[in-house]
Amino acid sequence: MGFMSSFRENLGAWIKKIFKKKRAKIGLYGPPNAGKTTLANRILKDWSGGDSMGTVSPIPHETRRAMRREGLVINANGSSIELDIVDTPGMATKIDFKEFMAFGLSEAESKKRAKEATEGVIEAIKWLDDLDGVLLVMDSTEDPYTQVNVTVIGNMEARKLPLLIVANKMDLPNASPSRISAAFPQHCIVPISALEGSNINDLYQAIATHFG
Amino acid sequence: MILMREVHMDLISEEKLENMTSMEKIRLILDKVKTGKIVVLESGLTPDEEVRLIEMTMTEIRVDEFSGIEIESYPSKKGGSFLNRIFGKGLKGRMTVIGPANQIHTIEKDEFQISTKVSVGD
Repeated sequence: MGFMSSFRENLGAWIKKIFKKKRAKIGLYGPPNAGKTTLANRILKDWSGGDSMGTVSPIPHETRRAMRREGLVINANGSSIELDIVDTPGMATKIDFKEFMAFGLSEAESKKRAKEATEGVIEAIKWLDDLDGVLLVMDSTEDPYTQVNVTVIGNMEARKLPLLIVANKMDLPNASPSRISAAFPQHCIVPISALEGSNINDLYQAIATHFG
Repeated sequence: MILMREVHMDLISEEKLENMTSMEKIRLILDKVKTGKIVVLESGLTPDEEVRLIEMTMTEIRVDEFSGIEIESYPSKKGGSFLNRIFGKGLKGRMTVIGPANQIHTIEKDEFQISTKVSVGD
């Protein structure tokens, strides 16, 4: 990256910080099956009256195309923010069609899903260039030190864009948000269950504070 | 009789990486990993290079040939000169291990240690 383009990028980030805007394009990122689409559906249900963003499934890479929903107005903490939400396909460094066959898909279906999943990861990466902030969704029952998490956080820090970590699946007995806090102590972490809606108001307040 | 199996590992120095462009680093890594080698980068990749490596990997995945990579690194460290930090170049890559997804598996990872297991095919 050249000196001038780097300078312009950073100047833009400073200006954004100084003149905080009340509209933001936010991407939901994370590894497959972290609950990104469940959270997107929950946000839509709460703030747009019952629509859904996409289907959810226990089979990884159910979301293979990024989906955007514009103009969601979230009211929290006495302020409101208008969000464009982008639900992105799960990020991964490897995709093996045999993993899908273990879920009962045929070989042909699995190969098709694997091909679409690779395209989905590329699409998720391309979206990083066009966002004002990220909700990084993690499964609280899993080890948070995955490369996907490290890479997404590194990219947001390098771009100086706001990031909020959502510690999802708090409804499960072995959920451990403290592991996530210990792994990424420099970032704000909100433990929720997107499935049950528990603690979701804390997330809306954090969204209004971070992205507003 | 104990059958010895070999793992080819390339440890690439910070000096070599400093003299390469991002695309050259990504090409070097993928070419090695696709032939079954494990690559250890002394100074790692920048966050942007990591994401471009994942993107490039996705384009090269082929059924029954290459299913992707396993990559493990520590979170980036703030570093560099004052001017570099001012102009957003203050994130310093750290030691990174990359290998074929079907051969290298992370056992445990935390802030200070990465434990991986390497499987060797027949």
